Amino acid sequence: MTIRIEIANKARVPDSRGAAAASRARSFLHLPVTSCRTRDVYKLDIVLSARQAHELRRVFTDPIVAVSALGKLPPPRFDWLIEIGFKPGVTDNVGRTARLVVEDTLGRQLGKEEGVYTSVQYFLRGSHLTREDAERIAVEILANRLINTVRIFDPKEWEAAPIDLTVPRVGGEDEVVVRTWNLEVPDDDLLRISREGILSLGLDEMRAIRDYYRRSEVRTARQDVGLGALPTDVELECIAQTWSEHCKHKIFAARVHYVDEESGAEEWIGSLFGTYIRGATEKIARKADWLVSVFTDNAGVIRFNDRIYLTYKVETHNSPSALDPYGGAITGIVGCNRDPMGTGMGSELLCNTWGYCLGSPFFDGDLPEGLFHPRRIRDGVHQGVIDGGNQSGIPYARGFERFDERYIGKPLVYCGTVGILPHEIGGRPSERKEVKPGDLVVMVGGRIGKDGIHGATFSSEELRSESPPQAVQIGDPITQRMMYEFLMEARDLGLYRAITDNGAGGLSCSVGEMGLLSGGADIDLARAPLKYHGLQPWEIFLSEAQERMTLAVPPEKITAFMDLARRRDVEATVLGEFTEDTVLVVRYKEKVVGRLDMDFLYRGCPQLTLEARWRPPRVPIPRRERSGPRNRSLLEVLGSLNVCSKEFKARMYDHEVKGRTVIKPFVGVNSDVPADATVLLADYGSREGVVLAEGINPYFSDLDTYWMAASVIDEAVRRIIAAGGRLGTIAGLDNFCWPDPVESESNPDGSYKMAQLVRANKALYDVCTAYGVPCISGKDSMKNDSVRGGRRISIPPTLLFSTIARIPDIRKAMTMFFKRPGDLVYVAGLTKSELGASEYYRVLGARRGRRGEFGGRVPAVDTTTALELYRRMEGAVVEGLVHSVHTPTLGGLAVALVLPAVGGDLGVEVDLSSVPAEGRLRDDEILFSESNSRFVVSCPPENAAALEDVFRGTRLARIGRVTADRRIVVRGVSGSEVINTTTETARRAYMHTLEGL
Amino acid sequence: MTGLRPRVVIITGYGLNCEAESSLAWEMAGAEVERIHLKDLLEAPPRLRDFQALMFIGGFSYGDHMGSGHVFALRVRHHLGDELRKFVAEGKLILGVCNGFQIMTKIGLLPAIGGDYLRQEVALIRNDCGSFQDRWVHLRFDSHSQCVFTRGLETMPLPVRHGEGKFHVSSGRFLEELERRGCVVCRYVDPATREATQQFPWNPNGSVGAVAGICDPSGRVFGLMPHPEAYLFPENHPRWDLHLLAGKLAPEGQGLKIFRNAVEYLRHA
Repeated sequence: MTIRIEIANKARVPDSRGAAAASRARSFLHLPVTSCRTRDVYKLDIVLSARQAHELRRVFTDPIVAVSALGKLPPPRFDWLIEIGFKPGVTDNVGRTARLVVEDTLGRQLGKEEGVYTSVQYFLRGSHLTREDAERIAVEILANRLINTVRIFDPKEWEAAPIDLTVPRVGGEDEVVVRTWNLEVPDDDLLRISREGILSLGLDEMRAIRDYYRRSEVRTARQDVGLGALPTDVELECIAQTWSEHCKHKIFAARVHYVDEESGAEEWIGSLFGTYIRGATEKIARKADWLVSVFTDNAGVIRFNDRIYLTYKVETHNSPSALDPYGGAITGIVGCNRDPMGTGMGSELLCNTWGYCLGSPFFDGDLPEGLFHPRRIRDGVHQGVIDGGNQSGIPYARGFERFDERYIGKPLVYCGTVGILPHEIGGRPSERKEVKPGDLVVMVGGRIGKDGIHGATFSSEELRSESPPQAVQIGDPITQRMMYEFLMEARDLGLYRAITDNGAGGLSCSVGEMGLLSGGADIDLARAPLKYHGLQPWEIFLSEAQERMTLAVPPEKITAFMDLARRRDVEATVLGEFTEDTVLVVRYKEKVVGRLDMDFLYRGCPQLTLEARWRPPRVPIPRRERSGPRNRSLLEVLGSLNVCSKEFKARMYDHEVKGRTVIKPFVGVNSDVPADATVLLADYGSREGVVLAEGINPYFSDLDTYWMAASVIDEAVRRIIAAGGRLGTIAGLDNFCWPDPVESESNPDGSYKMAQLVRANKALYDVCTAYGVPCISGKDSMKNDSVRGGRRISIPPTLLFSTIARIPDIRKAMTMFFKRPGDLVYVAGLTKSELGASEYYRVLGARRGRRGEFGGRVPAVDTTTALELYRRMEGAVVEGLVHSVHTPTLGGLAVALVLPAVGGDLGVEVDLSSVPAEGRLRDDEILFSESNSRFVVSCPPENAAALEDVFRGTRLARIGRVTADRRIVVRGVSGSEVINTTTETARRAYMHTLEGL
Repeated sequence: MTGLRPRVVIITGYGLNCEAESSLAWEMAGAEVERIHLKDLLEAPPRLRDFQALMFIGGFSYGDHMGSGHVFALRVRHHLGDELRKFVAEGKLILGVCNGFQIMTKIGLLPAIGGDYLRQEVALIRNDCGSFQDRWVHLRFDSHSQCVFTRGLETMPLPVRHGEGKFHVSSGRFLEELERRGCVVCRYVDPATREATQQFPWNPNGSVGAVAGICDPSGRVFGLMPHPEAYLFPENHPRWDLHLLAGKLAPEGQGLKIFRNAVEYLRHA
């Protein structure tokens, strides 16, 4: 029997969910929706007495604000009703909570066949709305067809409709089927098997697998456990996951033939990762004794002080966010939280970071069939990470957004998490991962469903129209929060030996990777707790269902471990044990369904060889603006999507929980301009702080990825210095998001994209070693292309470089806004004629309808002079000589002079002829060049001599002063005013673009 | 007469998440804190009797599913109702912040002007702006309120972090009754005028009467949406660097005063 409960706000209580839906329908789809009221619907597929049903309706309802009914509640006046539910098997978090309430009220556990399902009703008013309009609102605003069911009624239909009691129960046969594959087939068929199974393996890899199964010792060993000669689906899928680009980083591990067509030089590179990224870190590590664990664990580990380590990981979740922006993004952040949680013995979580590269929310071009509008992606991605972070009780420390039309095919969704790890836990070094043979394999957290199957292999593919819906997962922060608190408790009680997260590849990757530490593992998939019937063994093994960790628990601790789990309402299941047998054995009940040699699984993947050919792109340089005032250009740059304020959305993220923030994401007398870097207390009662920043600039990639990478690393380091972080304590995280760099018929310029990747890595090596900034962790996402409707859209090569550093005394932390009228304004560092790919050129291009004209010199980095300047700046901040330090980035000095004035609600007067410049530059070049390695500084007049003394021998010049009159006045090189506007006008230009969006 | 270090219990679990800073706040104020997971407490409700104060902390209990605080409150009222009644009757203190405040109103602990601490009388509903907001607001404390947590306090900047914090009463008369009985403890004010305001963002959620926190008629049960436990250190303030520059950086965060008042009260109770 099923009962239906409908709950609505009382007529006099506002319904902001409905109001938001109506407002989005009006502004987004331009449809005449006058109002909207909503209702929550619960369907209880449970045997209940009439009294129990009534009691449940009562406890579900808030008596002050809501009314409810069993069956249908009389509807409000409406023109169209849209009811949105979930498809079978999709995570229904509210339904899961309601199930607990039912159990608590009835005083009994519900059975597997019983369920609670939710949906939401939207009653729309608008006399001119048609059924087609209602369908558009449903599909383009409220629902995602991949995961939701949608039903639409007019008032007569709703009145006539019987009470809907259908529930999205998952059907499915219970018969267990293990299929086998014959790989002794022609090459074309090998590739077909790979493609049809979404294995995403290449021919060399399929051949290597075939050859493994030919080996006689493999055949014998398989016979011994009752397996035939042919690979099972469990095995093949496991290999595909382990060898996926996502898990194996094959492109970064490939041999590369690099040809520079400009110079004619050519070289062979052993692997990009080994040569440049690990190469740089190893070189730096000879001097930096604070690197504890790099590249090996789920997150990088560095020593912060004599008590704690910091762990940090930044992830991307691009493909899932393209398919379901909300679900993909919430899974992104909650999934990234599990990385530090699964690092070493398990870290406590300190803060999150996020950043998105998206199409313009104002996009009005031709959108390929099947893609969401960028505005919908943006709204969904934000809301996903907002809910994921807020509900987990983890503050965010950094956030950014970048916009470009090439991100409409695949949005980039970066999520990062910083954790804290005490040096020792229970007398053991906390960073060490150890598994002993005989330890039990224990899975903790959520249950397994079909969610996310093939996530790892799928993310290594371009987005096609037939991309699988089960690649969508929806995170559940509360289940994870409960698991996290339990794990911290179990950790401190010494109840487990090792921990890792279930991310890409699910159990197949987590059990395998931990098995490497003992030698092997032997598990029974039939023991795994499932969300519903009908999962085949390979699906259980691969499922990326969220909120799960895998642990190694010593047998003598298992009783205490399971008991604590029960007392914390966290599900924990023993799946098997770790062995020293050098094999991974997978059973389903008594029967072995998979057996793989660990050595083959982890070292059998053939190395790729890739071709890289560099030729500098030819990009036209725009015509100059006529000389004269630059007020208009300044205001346009301030209001451009990339520069403008992102505060409206950012305020919806919790950045204060835990009470550790010192420099918040937004600063200034009105807390409305972004901080260069943020600072958090590492520990209550201490004055030591953690400093976080980042650099990202995909636009420079259009000219040269070498200088793109150099620039973003310089920016990420410089922001740390500006906030008072110390050189020699800065660590970096590299996140490469690239268009497919493997050349093929469908990807004819692959070798150029590969050359772009090579050049970015060369810059990373050069700049990181020069600055002494080791990379401690990273992630690459190499197939950020979308092919739909015959159109290929590739993202610009994008490197996010995140930095983390230490400040010994938070009271020395520095902010970027002007503090006092009369303070002197300085520029440190050299301004060059480097307008190539600048925000200014993009603004000019947009104004003139010539967006392709942005060529010119791309900003370079001179690490020797920069490093010297950073040392001096560090000294000036420590000695307390300055009142503000700011890092010019997008929009150059122009923006970097305005924002500190806006932040301080003050004015500024400067003279461009005083700016330290390379050669004789025009006003535009001084104002808008995005030259690297510069600061804008303010200092009280009494400190001027001391400041100039600190910077003696470097490029520092006084260019003006802070004023009380709230005007921005800039004199050009000829002495005439080029900018004269009010701080308020500048603030409005800066705030207006994304206000309310 | 209680000892010098009053004992405070903080209930944790199921998505509540401010346990670290809330514990610290009480400890800095001189109390002894024990955190008890709701599941453990439900199995042994008399454990509450060991404490002089109870705090419902912030967070997202049960993900705010079915309404913020709703499910946590159902379980607490169902299993701990009798103990809570006794707790209040014995003159002990209860504090709720953010989700904890929402939970307390759902249980009926606040404002309880009908005298029944297990019957809901008011609600906290979704913010008028439609979204979660994290921003600092200014509070003004009502000098007529008998709330023991806020004695002597006039104004205070604190952060809010919520999506459902709009104070809602079923009638204007009920609000007048609350005011008359000294149950309105603090309101959102415009920092320029120091007057209660309905203007966003100073009133971040559209609360009727700009009400940010209320107490019961005894003044010993208090809940508010802003987070005093997030302002324990002077550097938590968004403009602490300006305070420092002006030589006016306070030795400690202002939020701590609320906890100090509570501990002071318990020491003399």
